[in-house]
Amino acid sequence: MDLQTLWFAAVAVLWTGFLLLEGFDFGVAALLPVLGRRGRQGTADRHLMLRTIGPVWDGNEVWLITAAGAVFAAFPGWYATWLPALYLPFVVVLLGLIVRAVAFEWRHQSHDPRWDATWTRVITGGSLVAAAGVGAALGATTLGLPIDGDGTRVGGAFAGLGWSSVLGAAAVVAYSLVHGALFLALKTDGPLRLRARAFALRWSPVGALPLLAWAGLVHLRSGTLVTGVLWLVAALAVVVTWTRVRLDREGQAFAGWATVLLASAATLFGAAYPVVVPSTVSPAFDVTITEASVSDYTLTVMTWVAAVGLPVVLAYQAWTYWVFRRRLTAEPGHETVAA
Amino acid sequence: MDVLDIARWQFGITTVYHFLMVPLTIGLGLLVAVMHTMWVRTGRPEWLRMTRFWGKVYLVNFVLGVATGLVQEFQFGLAWSEYSRFVGDVFGSLLALEALLAFFLESTFLGLWIFGWGRIPKKLHLAALWAAVVGSIVSAYFIIAANSWMQHPVGVAVGADGRPVQVDFLAVLTNNTALAAFSHAIVAALMVAGALLVGVGLWHLRRRKLAAAPDTDVDHAVWRRSVRLGGFVSLAAFVLVAATGDWQGKLMYHQQPLKMSSAEALCETEAPAPLSVFAWAKLGSNECDDVHSWTVPGLLSFLAHWDFSSPVPGVEELQEEYAAVYGETYPDDPSFGDRAGQEIDYTPVLAATYWSFRLMIGMGGVSAGVAAYALWATRRGRVPTSRIGVHGSLLAVGAPFVANAAGWVFTEMGRQPFVVYPNPDVPVDEQVWFFTAQAVSPGISAAEVWTSLVSLGLLYGALAVVELFLLTRLVRRGVTTGDATATPPAVGSSRRDDDQRPDDDRADDDVLSFAY
Repeated sequence: MDLQTLWFAAVAVLWTGFLLLEGFDFGVAALLPVLGRRGRQGTADRHLMLRTIGPVWDGNEVWLITAAGAVFAAFPGWYATWLPALYLPFVVVLLGLIVRAVAFEWRHQSHDPRWDATWTRVITGGSLVAAAGVGAALGATTLGLPIDGDGTRVGGAFAGLGWSSVLGAAAVVAYSLVHGALFLALKTDGPLRLRARAFALRWSPVGALPLLAWAGLVHLRSGTLVTGVLWLVAALAVVVTWTRVRLDREGQAFAGWATVLLASAATLFGAAYPVVVPSTVSPAFDVTITEASVSDYTLTVMTWVAAVGLPVVLAYQAWTYWVFRRRLTAEPGHETVAA
Repeated sequence: MDVLDIARWQFGITTVYHFLMVPLTIGLGLLVAVMHTMWVRTGRPEWLRMTRFWGKVYLVNFVLGVATGLVQEFQFGLAWSEYSRFVGDVFGSLLALEALLAFFLESTFLGLWIFGWGRIPKKLHLAALWAAVVGSIVSAYFIIAANSWMQHPVGVAVGADGRPVQVDFLAVLTNNTALAAFSHAIVAALMVAGALLVGVGLWHLRRRKLAAAPDTDVDHAVWRRSVRLGGFVSLAAFVLVAATGDWQGKLMYHQQPLKMSSAEALCETEAPAPLSVFAWAKLGSNECDDVHSWTVPGLLSFLAHWDFSSPVPGVEELQEEYAAVYGETYPDDPSFGDRAGQEIDYTPVLAATYWSFRLMIGMGGVSAGVAAYALWATRRGRVPTSRIGVHGSLLAVGAPFVANAAGWVFTEMGRQPFVVYPNPDVPVDEQVWFFTAQAVSPGISAAEVWTSLVSLGLLYGALAVVELFLLTRLVRRGVTTGDATATPPAVGSSRRDDDQRPDDDRADDDVLSFAY
């Protein structure tokens, strides 16, 4: 395997890791108004939901920074084509991520209920905007952007947005909603756990449809036998997830739903390879990993650093999840050990 | 304004704003880690309260730094795609390594520290904070290495398409420009944190004394130790800021002589060269001859070369030298947009470099003066009640922030019109350089960049209001209110770590105010 392919795989792993990890905190944030009850109990519900992602959301978000950084580092031609072509959508993503991040830390700086409720809504809104925006950008970079031979966008500010970005946005938002519900079912106890499970049971078959459609489309365009099999695995994992939720096996359901994403993302990136930005103007303008890549020397250096650094990162991030492995309940001080 | 100008304003505004949070994060993170360490080592209650109180300030500020840092990584691609293509072989990998080696460390262990009170062993909890702080410092190193490579590109050869190709990664990491700038930025960050401790600590000490509060309780010790720690750190950091700044200045005289000569408004080459103290110019003119200066003879030669007689090149000679090597006019190439074929001004905006340089040094000096005053006024247990002294110190909390911002404005505006400055240590045909005028994304419209500039500007403004409101309120409230758990275990007590977080409502409230 050449270095370009290795780094294409690394970038794919980083984006998938981001969607997998940040996916559930996007989902939990988006479900705050859905799974929280009305009135005073609702406030307690929402606090409980936020506590499940409190220690980890920032670490999850670093996967996005690393994924974008790796695109820049390994494939500047991809980075410099993709971002300006979707200038305003990316700015909207940034605005969403900014307000969401500050809301996480600032909402508990005052005990005024209105203050708390406002920032909680900001978390929900910012997360939804960011999830949809990242999905739209990924949809566009796998299904096509209007770029010319220099990698410059043809058409106006919104030329990059089309049905492919709508599909990508729907895929990430819908997947994250169910993902968040399954995470809550796994991480909490009490009435919230039941409501989260009921949500996942009802919506998991639907929640994967846009994602499967997106992966399936990319597969039909340029897939191989392997990506076809991967797509079937993803589809099968939806069924498995649903049956596991029905049997109240939250851990297995969560693993099943994670498999949906892993297999779909493998289908997407596997089928798109080696094109990183397909041009809707002409296939001759497609940006591939070869032309977008940096020198072999730089890729070699990064490979060595990543080979040492990434396992360490994975180890300590996994360890923090283990430290905070307890199920949480609304009553302070009465945490039960995870089943 | 065209796309280039708007994109430059956007980069300047978002970066200076981001860098208001960054030095406080780095400096205060280090000091909170020291406080936490002192508490673990001595068990003294004031260190625990200090850790809690300054830890909250640190977190409120940290998150805004994280949030605005996101914009930084993306805007290279969004607005500066041609720059990103050009420097991709070097610059992108430094950003990716920063994320991999620093941001993960910082965010993961900070989460562990915030939520780890009473849940993990005491020393491990302390180690989590240190890991996060080390993450911040490592991140500063990588981003400054990236910036310094733009100021002084090393470790590269000219590739077939004219772009730099990395040949020596270690040379990029050990770039002398980066080592000097990194050490300068870290000690400058400590000045920011020191000034905050001094200003807030003095204000509380004075208020308590006027209210006849006892000077034997824990709260008194908290503020007193804050002032003393902040004062010593500020003064020591100021000495190091001066030393590292001098190191940077001497490098800059060699690497970017136009930046330094513009900072001194030195028009003609002079030997010995005088140091300008105050200058004025015809409004709107960037001609060096229109600048008039009060000067100290010989001092500039000394700052540049360690002696009082060496020549220092003037702006006008340098302008001609650069024009001879890098061209009188921009190439007649579409990538330069409207500027294609136009004359190149190699002199940065004189007023900006001259005054940002002085603002940086002046505000650093103000900060050091306040620290010295605070140490003097609190010697041997004294508490100052001077309204001017104490309120002045509180106001001076802003001085090192201004100094940091001015320093970056100087660094970045001073290297114009280049975004990647040619390295004078290599022969001209092996140099890489890139003009700011060709760096901007070609496909985006002015309307798009206006939209992002205005929306980011409005959001940043609103967030600044909230951050200032939160910090002011937090600081005014002080340590006791809402911090019931700060009642510490006795020294040498056998109480377990879990007892720092007893399961009553008020304790939970405190954990809430710390996190959730």
